[in-house]
Amino acid sequence: MDLHTLPVYRLSELMARKEVSSEEITRAHLECINRTEDRVKAMVTVTAEAALDQARAVDDRRAAGEELSSLAGVPMAIIDNICTMGVKTTCASHMLYNFIPPYDAEVVSRLKDTGAILMGKCNMDEFSIGPADEERGPQAPASRSDGGAAAVAAGEAAFVLGADTEGSLRQSAARCGVIGLKPTYGRVSRYGLISYASSLDQIGPLVRDMQDLALVLNAICGHDARDSTAAAVKVPDYRKCLINDVRGLKVGLPLEYLAHVEPQSAAVVRQAADRLAELGAICREVSMPHTAYALPAHYIISAAEASSNLARYDGVRYGFRVDDEDVQGMFSKSRGRGFGRAVKTRIMLGTYVLSAANYDDYYVKALKTRTLVQQDFERVFEKCDCLLAPTGSGIACCDPAADLSATCDVAANLAGLPSLSLPFGLVDGLPVGLQFMARHFDEEVLLRVGYTWQENTKHKNKP
Amino acid sequence: MDRYEAVIGLEVHVELKTKTKLFCGCSTEFGQAPNTQVCPVCLGLPGSTGVLNKKAVELAARAGLALNCQINTDTWFDRKNYYYPDLPKGFQITQVFQPIAVQGYLDIKAEDRDKRVNINRVHIEEDPGKLVHASGSIMTSRASFVDYNRSGVPLVEIVSEPELRSGAEAKAYLEKLKAILEYTGVSDVKMEEGSLRCDANISVRPSGSAILGAKAEIKNMNSFRAVQRAIEYEVERQIEVLEEGDSVTQETRTWDESQGITMAMRSKEDVDYRCFIEQEIAPVELTADWVENMRATIPELPDARRRRLVDEHGLPDYDAGVITSSLSLAEFFEATLEKYEDAKKISNWIMGELLRLLNARGMELGESKVTPGGLASLLQLIDKGTISNKMGKKVFAVMFQEGREPQQIVKEKGLSQISDVDRLAEIIAEVIGKNPKPVADFQSGKEQAIGFLVGQVMKATKGQANPGAVNSMLRERLAK
Amino acid sequence: MQISGKDVGQLAFLSRLDLTADDLTICTKSLNEILGYLTVLEELDTGAVKPALHVRPIKNVLREDALQPGLEREQVLANGPEVEDGAFVVPRIV
Repeated sequence: MDLHTLPVYRLSELMARKEVSSEEITRAHLECINRTEDRVKAMVTVTAEAALDQARAVDDRRAAGEELSSLAGVPMAIIDNICTMGVKTTCASHMLYNFIPPYDAEVVSRLKDTGAILMGKCNMDEFSIGPADEERGPQAPASRSDGGAAAVAAGEAAFVLGADTEGSLRQSAARCGVIGLKPTYGRVSRYGLISYASSLDQIGPLVRDMQDLALVLNAICGHDARDSTAAAVKVPDYRKCLINDVRGLKVGLPLEYLAHVEPQSAAVVRQAADRLAELGAICREVSMPHTAYALPAHYIISAAEASSNLARYDGVRYGFRVDDEDVQGMFSKSRGRGFGRAVKTRIMLGTYVLSAANYDDYYVKALKTRTLVQQDFERVFEKCDCLLAPTGSGIACCDPAADLSATCDVAANLAGLPSLSLPFGLVDGLPVGLQFMARHFDEEVLLRVGYTWQENTKHKNKP
Repeated sequence: MDRYEAVIGLEVHVELKTKTKLFCGCSTEFGQAPNTQVCPVCLGLPGSTGVLNKKAVELAARAGLALNCQINTDTWFDRKNYYYPDLPKGFQITQVFQPIAVQGYLDIKAEDRDKRVNINRVHIEEDPGKLVHASGSIMTSRASFVDYNRSGVPLVEIVSEPELRSGAEAKAYLEKLKAILEYTGVSDVKMEEGSLRCDANISVRPSGSAILGAKAEIKNMNSFRAVQRAIEYEVERQIEVLEEGDSVTQETRTWDESQGITMAMRSKEDVDYRCFIEQEIAPVELTADWVENMRATIPELPDARRRRLVDEHGLPDYDAGVITSSLSLAEFFEATLEKYEDAKKISNWIMGELLRLLNARGMELGESKVTPGGLASLLQLIDKGTISNKMGKKVFAVMFQEGREPQQIVKEKGLSQISDVDRLAEIIAEVIGKNPKPVADFQSGKEQAIGFLVGQVMKATKGQANPGAVNSMLRERLAK
Repeated sequence: MQISGKDVGQLAFLSRLDLTADDLTICTKSLNEILGYLTVLEELDTGAVKPALHVRPIKNVLREDALQPGLEREQVLANGPEVEDGAFVVPRIV
């Protein structure tokens, strides 16, 4: 039995029946890391010893007859911009090469409470913004934007918590053939998520099965008294949302999204819509006229917020520092050498759009565009329960025109909507993702449509 | 007629009286060991997010209401971006676009004139940390030290319109502002602990001109008196610059208390703060009900109390003004008045002895041990003739220091007046016997000789006799 | 709208980023590409549109004025590049 390939819910069942121990499961995943990590480069930190200790502790509790959560003893990994107490958290940046948080993110403490086992921290783009410069020396980890999804796909962890500001969680899920959900802004506490763009960032799970998604959401969703944006909206039991039935569900296909992607991707979406229609969903085309403006607006807003959020890395309290006689010189040198070029460019763009001379033309304009994008969604959600679109293939850093398909992903961040990426299968040898978006706090419909899709397309389209 | 007119606006930062910081549950207590009152939020650790302190919002709204401001129903927080080591996040969370309160005013009296000073805005913001310079000479010390205990302490900034015209007006404005903030419980307003700080924007222009001159911002003034002196100095300096045909440089200057001058500071390079709305803190809607509830918590303010002391207790307006300038004095006065009915006498003692001792020792009323009940008992002892007025002052000094009941002090120190007529008669007989010449002088019509004899009796009684009684007894005896 | 290397130098200064000569060249090129792309927004008429101030309409998220435990001083200083006497050390500020 290849324990590292099993989904969370299966591992949970096996442990509950005492057929395997958490220690065995954890060892299987550690062996997978040892075997594949050289090639996959999904992790920046592996906490093998601590993981085994945690696993044995869970096994002891189970042996003592304690009633345990479904996630107890299940190996997980956390993306490296979510704070883990006592475990290095670097954002894959030289700037934080040695930063050890003295506290756990809210999601991490909730998962620890369930007894999930922390295997380590996943690789990412530097501060989620772009690839780290290679020439910056041995202390800087080589960044890989889709470390979280790659770790889940390879079996290095049974599930991963990632983060999504401009679609990276969903894009990486699509590229690696796994499931990724960006929940509603406010559904999951951001306390402990290292901010890139505060109004866009959201933590979400990466899993291999829709049942796993429900289990992880049950553990991480809900109000947090330490995060003003974590909403006090009632959280359902997401396992009950796993309904294999889309009859009567109204699914919208935004025409402008289809126009923004390669014809093959558009064809995939239409094919998926046909399949859902066969299953009883009512699919119809809808128009979202401001789609083309979502990406430039996102660029401006994310850069503005990033320029401010990344101002705290000044070499005084933590992180990388280059000494200088003058304090402002110390700031500039530390930041100049600590950040990679993509990050520096983004910070300067943010400084530019927030400068008094450009503020109205760029920043305020982007906020107004954000309103229009949000209104597009409000209008279509009067008629649809969810939207179906391709998952984009990611923003090529500093070259936005090169990949307009990113537009498909950023709109959900601009509007704070929940968005699920499901693996469709291979097209021309490359994995492709389907994206479903829903109303605020309606993750339920996404679980329903995602589960229905999964259950009715099994054994087909396997990457 | 002066040829120049000064244009002065004040920016006053006041620490709100909360137990915890603006966005986290760390203590705001003053004077603790460095970096012992911090958490991920106020230390700006990556990933931390804060939540707004409700009490801070209510105190800021209360300040706005007490300063006759309009409360903005929708208010929110913004980021002001600049780099300084005491600023842990690289930005300050403050209110730029939609402050909690706007368009208020404050009535002051300075140089015998009543004046209404308009207030532009009241906004909430967080305090940065504190920089401590290494001991030893500032020129030789290699490093500065950063302590973030203050980081995130809630403040309101109260910005006046540039309507003040002199240092004396500025001082009167600050005194009034301090009293109002103290009355309303918004702040402890202790300048020495930094819970009230003031910067002044000063420019001068030819009298009658409507054009504003280039202004200097003066910082580092540590008392109201320093504000007045700094303004007076700066106004004179700018007039001299203009008189010499030069123009005033727009700059930040620091007040040097020991030299009594202002000096240019190194100019701030970041002039563009790139302010934008804070996304991690929710906006606040101050509903009409909430505002009315807060309005209801505002106690009687200094001006109203002053009028009441005049109208109800017949206190002279000047006395009422002094007593109501501080909440604690006003409360002390009224508590005394519950046990002793002569308001003017109480006011005389408060303005005379109490304030004299407080000022001489640089103390706050709360630090002295004298109680309203104690003062009332003391005044009753004087009225009964148990002790003289002069003795009373000595007893008061002991009460101030030690806080005991006046009767007890009088008894212990043997201070009571000799009112036993027989004992006094004996002493008077003795004095008459020893001083035949003054006695003869008096009896032959030299009225002033009686003074010498009274003095001798007082000396013999170590001051414990009632001089009035001695006088009349002497006259009685010598007339025989 | 094109920005020059000098403009980028000013942005780098405001952002406290020391740039190498290569950084400056590459960042200037990147920034001009992005700014060029952003001109697409000019065609959108947003005159009457209200700016989206927050992603979701949240308000009045408040906490009571109650003390919460903070960090131990050792934890506070543990990540500090230079610390002394319980404080973070920075170059002398006049």
